[in-house]
Amino acid sequence: MSRFQKLIAIGLPALLLAGCEFGAKEQEQVGYRGLAMVQIADPDTKAKVGEVPAPPYELTPDQLEGDKASAVYQNVQVLGDVSANEFNYLMQAMTNWVAPDGSNIKDAGCTYCHNPENMASDEKYTKVVARKMLLMTRNINQTWKPHFAGYAGAEKASAGQENAGVTCWTCHRGKPVPTYNWSTAVPDPGTITGNKRGGNTPAQTVAYASLAYDPFTDYIAGKENIRVGGKEFPTKHVVSIQQTEKTYGLMMHMSQGLGVNCTFCHNSQNFAKWEDSRPQRVNAWYGIRMVRDINNNYITALGDVWPQNGKGIYGNRRGPHGDPLKVNCATCHQGVNKPLGGVKMLKDYPALKGPYGAAPVTAAAVPAPPAEAPAPVAPVASAETAKPAA
Amino acid sequence: MAYQNIFTQVQLRGHFEEGVPLDANNDSRFGPFGYSYWLGKLGGFQLGPIYLGKLGLASLLCGFIAIEIMGLNMAASVNWDPVQMVRQLFWLSLEPPPAKYGFTFFVPLAEGGWWILAGGMLTASVLLWWARTYVRAKELNMGTHVAWAFASAIWLYLVLGFIRPMMMGSWAEAVPFGIFPHLDWTAAFSIRYGNLFYNPFHALSIVFLYGSTLLFAMHGATILAVGRYGGEREIEQITSRGTASERAALFWRWTMGWNATMESIHRWAWWFAVLTTLTGGIGILLTGTVVDNWYLWAVDHGFARIYPATGVVDPSTLPGAPQ
Repeated sequence: MSRFQKLIAIGLPALLLAGCEFGAKEQEQVGYRGLAMVQIADPDTKAKVGEVPAPPYELTPDQLEGDKASAVYQNVQVLGDVSANEFNYLMQAMTNWVAPDGSNIKDAGCTYCHNPENMASDEKYTKVVARKMLLMTRNINQTWKPHFAGYAGAEKASAGQENAGVTCWTCHRGKPVPTYNWSTAVPDPGTITGNKRGGNTPAQTVAYASLAYDPFTDYIAGKENIRVGGKEFPTKHVVSIQQTEKTYGLMMHMSQGLGVNCTFCHNSQNFAKWEDSRPQRVNAWYGIRMVRDINNNYITALGDVWPQNGKGIYGNRRGPHGDPLKVNCATCHQGVNKPLGGVKMLKDYPALKGPYGAAPVTAAAVPAPPAEAPAPVAPVASAETAKPAA
Repeated sequence: MAYQNIFTQVQLRGHFEEGVPLDANNDSRFGPFGYSYWLGKLGGFQLGPIYLGKLGLASLLCGFIAIEIMGLNMAASVNWDPVQMVRQLFWLSLEPPPAKYGFTFFVPLAEGGWWILAGGMLTASVLLWWARTYVRAKELNMGTHVAWAFASAIWLYLVLGFIRPMMMGSWAEAVPFGIFPHLDWTAAFSIRYGNLFYNPFHALSIVFLYGSTLLFAMHGATILAVGRYGGEREIEQITSRGTASERAALFWRWTMGWNATMESIHRWAWWFAVLTTLTGGIGILLTGTVVDNWYLWAVDHGFARIYPATGVVDPSTLPGAPQ
């Protein structure tokens, strides 16, 4: 063999393999055998589970008693039902979660939201936002329990165990604006120049496919129908291929946002069919509704509280189209199917579980019976589209 | 020379091979252009003469216009930036009209009209090229097998881009022009219509596609293996003992009990190739027009196995579910 041929013989296979990821993969069978129901992960590229900061100090039961925050402080609109001690504890935790002291964030610490001269004042918009976010967090923990409901066998065995729930940290992770957010894409021009038809771009939002790069505006802010599969023939043809691609784009986001394959929720033999899907799909279904609730009733509802871009004291809070930065699956999940590895962080912050004294909502999440026994009784969904108080 | 078979061509240099004279009904040919050692490694070592003719010229022109429309639309979509054109080429697309236009030819250019125009030009180009393969074969007093095999591929192309969209009443069902976009279309198409793998014509098409490669490998290997006995002279050897043909036939009778003949192997190969796109086109045409969900169809017809259900209930059907 000549040198040239040797070069080709070595170089060509190497080039052909250049697109592969080397190394062993982690595999887990998650469904009936022979159906490709398997989760495959590359341990080298798997998202790291975020750290959970320790509480500021131990919250003792007697600290939960005593004067209420509304009696001790002025202008306490949401946490008035919390003891002043717990109120202080939570304020300290929130500072660590959103604008920690000693960070390079402007006005880090209490002053990120408060005027130190008058802590009760609402003059900083960040305080108004924080108040809304407290309402939101309580609402999530109270009415969106089906999204967090356990599905694995082990968790079912210990039924009644508390769900993980969310705190400010779940999204913020020490930053005033959560790392993963989205805003509406600037609409395409009417002409062909600069017109990407809302896709056909290597966009991170849809895992670098050429799919529509803004599946969020219509699906997780708007309430457009995500479902595309026909149930039977004849079906009134309403869902175009383009709509299907938009749904596909959203699914790509969910897949990479949670660090999972399609088969984490779906049986790929027929993506649409619920009876063959995994119970995680139910969690995702509630998650989509939860995110719509968050985006519409809390973030967008703040309206002009969000400063115009270029006008805010802490930088831009709106996207290029002028709408506020909103949440999607990745905002909490950050590449992990259970945010923060499913740590039950909420138990240390009882004030975030919901208004004190409110009747606990019985979150009868859809149970997942074993594969042999299909669910005979349709359980009752409990999540209601609760309107926020403010 | 490192390797030589009995039918390795010796590259003789001298007068060009001009080909047979053609009568007055034909156009003139271009070339021959020259010899190439490396072309000779792959096939004939003489380039040309090429017969372009009126059909070929018209086909090239239409094809050029089609590619031009696609390329310029893509260039426009990146604001005519040549660097971005190269970097994003695999993602760029010329998309068919959106669903709101249905199936009409009166679509604004910027909203898919260019797609219709490019598709029309490409179709004209392909059909003219088909006519050319037919006419050239006739002129050489050949059979028209190549033309009909090509027609089978054109059938699939027309089903995807024209016939099925027409039957569905929507251009939006058609395939975009673009590298990743047409692959995304394929995936979305399968998901939208309940998994194309359960479409029996899709299954047949795959059988013929993979079968074609198998037959190709078997036949190619057989002829190379008997090259030392002059195996390329298939037909003239067919009745003689001890020839390459007989050895090849014996080999397959010994290994699998039965052999194709020097004639039938080519019919096998031709039909497998032709049936790939023929059945594929039928499968695509039935999708959405006759069958809306292939998985459900397959279960209904005993074509797909039913696996144990997980028992998950669609939460939107539960009372009090959020919408």
